[in-house]
Amino acid sequence: MLDATRHPPRLPAAPGVGYKSQHFSALRADPGPVKWLEVHAENYMGDGGRPHAQLRALRDDFAISVHGVGLSIGGEGALDADHLARLKTLVDWLQPASFSEHLAWSTHGAEFLDDLLPLPYTNATLTRVAEHIDQVQNTLGRQMLLENPSSYLAFAESTWSETDFLSELVRRTGCGLLLDVNNVFISATNLGYTATGYLDAYPTDAVGEIHVGGHDEDQDDDGALLLIDSHGRAVADPVWTLLDYALHLTGPTPLLVEWDNDVPDWPSLRDEAGRAEQALAALADR
Amino acid sequence: MHSGQSEFRTALLDPAQPVPNGLTIGQGKPITKRFAVYRNNVTVALVDALKASFPVLRKLLGDKNFDQLAPTFARAHPPSTPLMMHYGAEMPAFLAAFQPLQHIGYLADVARLEVAMRASYHAADTTPLPADAFGAVQPEALLAATLTFAPTMHLIRSDWPLYDIWRFNMEESAPKPRAEAQSVLITRPEFDPIPHPLDPAETAWISAILNGDAIEAAQDAAVARAPDFDLSPLLTLLVQQGALTHLNTPKD
Repeated sequence: MLDATRHPPRLPAAPGVGYKSQHFSALRADPGPVKWLEVHAENYMGDGGRPHAQLRALRDDFAISVHGVGLSIGGEGALDADHLARLKTLVDWLQPASFSEHLAWSTHGAEFLDDLLPLPYTNATLTRVAEHIDQVQNTLGRQMLLENPSSYLAFAESTWSETDFLSELVRRTGCGLLLDVNNVFISATNLGYTATGYLDAYPTDAVGEIHVGGHDEDQDDDGALLLIDSHGRAVADPVWTLLDYALHLTGPTPLLVEWDNDVPDWPSLRDEAGRAEQALAALADR
Repeated sequence: MHSGQSEFRTALLDPAQPVPNGLTIGQGKPITKRFAVYRNNVTVALVDALKASFPVLRKLLGDKNFDQLAPTFARAHPPSTPLMMHYGAEMPAFLAAFQPLQHIGYLADVARLEVAMRASYHAADTTPLPADAFGAVQPEALLAATLTFAPTMHLIRSDWPLYDIWRFNMEESAPKPRAEAQSVLITRPEFDPIPHPLDPAETAWISAILNGDAIEAAQDAAVARAPDFDLSPLLTLLVQQGALTHLNTPKD
């Protein structure tokens, strides 16, 4: 178990955005309310070139959060030692304010499936994920944040609720949590529970960062609404409303807008960050 | 019933497989479309990565053909690491063995070029060899010297007009490919890899240097291809583009 007090989250309780390289110049010229940037770890695991040069320039003006999408913390097998070593190399030279990963799996054997795949919430999964989180935190020498998934289905064998599962992981490993409010909204809709009920049961004391992002609407086999975690459009109004509810529980928190597909021009993303700024300001005014 | 990740993975990449056991959204409700979200996510992610990585190949095949080829490739060769920047390294070999496209002989070489352009983009930054490095060495020592290339430099040997094919598909109003063999030299002066055409003698010279041969031996290999081979333009290009990092004279 890591002593989390030695590594408090250092991201500012302000708006951040998921960084896209095409925004490099426009973002630096007019950051608007954006105080920090989140980068996907794997995109910066090359040996050099423009990606590294951009990060070196950006870290002078912005706090940086490294967000992994490939560690497969929920994988049935051992963590990929090579990948963990690459992550350590990146974190060691970049010294980001935060590192986060997902409660999901993506690697099976020698294959990387490039998606965040779901886990059954069982005692066996709990033990395995806790061991993997310990390994990551010990290797990196810092606390990590763990993000709740967007779900389209559940496992019959699950014996834990997702919120209890996350609470127990925090208790066992000392990790923090990345609360993705869009994912809560998606999972609640898709699996038929209330999003506010989920947040009431969620260990909000452990939250070091919040995500909001866009989703798409589809239908399942029965014609029921099925929300898809696409990150390809503006944040939906009900997700902003749910964010207000979440912020009342967490207090001021670093707040990230994610837009990873059909990426808009910089002013559009900056405007979304402006909405995140309003949500944080409304909390301060209360 | 327990649904292991092995079973999940098999059903993800092969739509003909049944949805794994043990997944639910409530008693008796069908979950085919819900599982299909994961199937679709994986396929779209891999196909999008291939589209971004092989723009010339996609242009040569046309969107429709590429969109059929990419999922076939992805099922046969899912990524072996989370470094999606290098995904598709097996594409040249896959194309070379892919029966329906074997009548287009240069496709595998184009794929090799596109894999190398990406590798160059992400390669380590190094300090280039200064232009005056050659003048500081005695002629005899120079002939016995070897050279070290920057990790951003790549040589793609080809029997096809590979550079012309690349340019014709990437640049507006580029001339039609000539009927000649062209290898391609990739350099990265700063951040953007640049392809350059090489004739057979230049290709022989760079191949020899890559092989660790001394400059004199490389010169012999080039002259064997073209008796009037002149190294100056090639050496100027390599130095100006920052493609060399070290001149290793025997006393070193």
